[in-house]
Amino acid sequence: MADALPQEAHVPAHGHAAGHGHGEQNFFMKYLWSTDHKMIAFQYMFTGMALAMIGAFMAYVFRMQLAFPGHSVPGYGVVTPNNYNALITNHGSIMIFWVAMPVLIAGFGNFLIPLMIGADDMVFPRINRLSYQIFLLSALILVASLFVQNGGFGGAWTAYPPLSAVQRYNLTPIGASMWVIAVALEFVAFLLGGINFIVTSMNSRTRGMKAFDTPIVIWTIVIASILFMASVGPLIAGAVMLLFDQLLGTSFYDPNRGGDPILWQHLFWFFGHPEVYVVLFPAVGIVAEVITVFARKKLFAYKTVIYTFIGTGILSFFVWAHHQFVAGIDPRMANVFTVTTVLISIPIAEMMFVYIATLYGGSITLASPMLWALAFIGEFLIGGVTGIYLGASGLDIYFHDTYFVVAHFHYTFFPIAIIATFAGITFWFPKMFGRMMNETANKIHFWGTIIPFNGIFIPLFFLGAAGEHRRIFDYSSFPHLATPELQALRITATVSLIVMLLFQPIFIINFIMSAIRGKKAEKNPWKSNTLEWTADSPPPHGNWAEMPVCYRGPYEYHVPGRAEDYWPQNLPPDAQEAH
Amino acid sequence: LSTTRTIATQRSAMGLPTGRLAIWWVLVSEIVIFGGLLMSYVMHRIGHPEWGAEAAHTNTWLGATNTLVLLTSSLSAVLGHQAAEQGNGKKAARYLYFTFLGGLTFLIIKSFEWTAEIREGFTIQAGGFWSFYYTAAGLHAFHVLCGMLIMLWVANSARKNQDLHRVENIGIYWHFVDIVWIFLFPLLYIAK
Repeated sequence: MADALPQEAHVPAHGHAAGHGHGEQNFFMKYLWSTDHKMIAFQYMFTGMALAMIGAFMAYVFRMQLAFPGHSVPGYGVVTPNNYNALITNHGSIMIFWVAMPVLIAGFGNFLIPLMIGADDMVFPRINRLSYQIFLLSALILVASLFVQNGGFGGAWTAYPPLSAVQRYNLTPIGASMWVIAVALEFVAFLLGGINFIVTSMNSRTRGMKAFDTPIVIWTIVIASILFMASVGPLIAGAVMLLFDQLLGTSFYDPNRGGDPILWQHLFWFFGHPEVYVVLFPAVGIVAEVITVFARKKLFAYKTVIYTFIGTGILSFFVWAHHQFVAGIDPRMANVFTVTTVLISIPIAEMMFVYIATLYGGSITLASPMLWALAFIGEFLIGGVTGIYLGASGLDIYFHDTYFVVAHFHYTFFPIAIIATFAGITFWFPKMFGRMMNETANKIHFWGTIIPFNGIFIPLFFLGAAGEHRRIFDYSSFPHLATPELQALRITATVSLIVMLLFQPIFIINFIMSAIRGKKAEKNPWKSNTLEWTADSPPPHGNWAEMPVCYRGPYEYHVPGRAEDYWPQNLPPDAQEAH
Repeated sequence: LSTTRTIATQRSAMGLPTGRLAIWWVLVSEIVIFGGLLMSYVMHRIGHPEWGAEAAHTNTWLGATNTLVLLTSSLSAVLGHQAAEQGNGKKAARYLYFTFLGGLTFLIIKSFEWTAEIREGFTIQAGGFWSFYYTAAGLHAFHVLCGMLIMLWVANSARKNQDLHRVENIGIYWHFVDIVWIFLFPLLYIAK
């Protein structure tokens, strides 16, 4: 079947590049108007990181308020109830839609897909650029919404109506609409990006590369894009309906006008739960790439893992109402959703075992990407296991809207959005910037992040189990609920957060300094098999002068009979070891 | 804009042209957008039998005329595809312009309809049925408008025998817009 493909891989790739322009681009064309998938990946990644800092600052402010209510927060001032609501709402929205999505899917997807399948770019480079521009616009609208009259939207990231739909309830007439518009634009950006990812991976694999020769991370990004595409539609329609409720006075959600607020919850969570897997899949893909390289072992059960991901993706469409157990849905329906929710932990557990089986008997190197990957497995496990408690509809009636829920989803989202991202960045940094990161600084940053992370969220499990409600702005206003004996836990969480934030500049400085004057990286510093490591570090526009040809799967480590413990995908079967 | 084509765009590991593969994925995302909206409407409609009386105020004859107009415009999109397959860009463009006119007629009839309804006081704020009526039909009309603009662009290059494969792609999209209307018409006009 490889012979049926066009012969372009044999000729030097420069004939095609008439419109690409090499070298003579000005700053604007090169960094802001580029159609190069790597530049767009960096745009997404850096925008995501900038917003992560805003989101982290918000977390600092409201954690300070929760531990020391009423005191002026250094760097922010006194937190009013409206400020508090806007902070938690936008913290959640930013971290999921403007950090996890752009960095994990759009950032790594854009960087890795063409390089890993041996293509020069995405199939639609200009749509790719448009996707980022719409995303940037959405981010600007969101950030601007924090500074309009009456402040940013404060109805939580789930934006339940009637609070979100009616101005006299949410008190943020402008902020609420800007929030909805920003989210809807962000969805459009990722639909455009997702179509690019899916079509590129399906249609543009290089000569000899079959679907089952592509690395796991490509599969997971594509499955995530399909999941996103299939689940976000109702919410796009729902966002338009919410916007019309806010601005035109329609009656979709407001019960006073004959609407149904539960409708929004269904539309939101029909997207919102698959969304968890949309961001989880790229993360587990990144982790799979890292652990195979640093354990020097073939990924255990490659095909089974792919089928498991597809199965998980399908199942993820049938669990959404577990977010609505206390919203007044039929208890019989709640039972069904309990069963599907507990069922979905089976494939995720299988994935965990696959990673452990891959590690088993490997020659493990504890380099910083590997530390992050191992931390992902351990921390996500805690998030997964606590999810089983919440998935049981009976227990959820007690746990609902307590800090137990907050701790649970941070134990899933933090490993996904932060830990896996650091694993990916430390792993692909040499390819991205052509230089090595400082390993000592990376390790200090790793421990300085992981230990305080647990320090933040383990106390929140106990707080939640003791009944602390997540929507209360100042516990001292409710003396009979204030539980002074829990105050130490609140302070522990806040102090841990501050410690964690103080360790982050180490990473940022290391990132910038290494990119400028780190040790020069060779083509393949980790001795990995996948195709991106056969390009120059960093790869030029067009990636390869001559497109690579693929001869085997991506995880052929320690193949018996070979002197070297790896076997790059592009090496012809009869080639000698030396290369 | 220059016609930049990457090597990636020209490959076809699935045996399908890249553009056609992409347009099908666009339709997948569109199907769930309209699917979510229409499912919400149907669920509400079942819960509100009194909406039937509201729906009786819609103009079924104009709706039926518009159905006919859209179906006819789809026919000329098919004929345009056929012409493009034969390499006759000029003829394909003529059919696409005809489809464009169909879309325009559809929008003109629609605006007459809406003007009459708004005059009678059935605005988007007049209750649940009218909220869905204007939102669903409006979202569809927005797709018609986008399709028309893209069609014009495709036809203009087809006229010069350029990018003839796009004639088929815009046709696939146009059929989808047509099919959405086939769902909207009975749901909003006929079901009283």
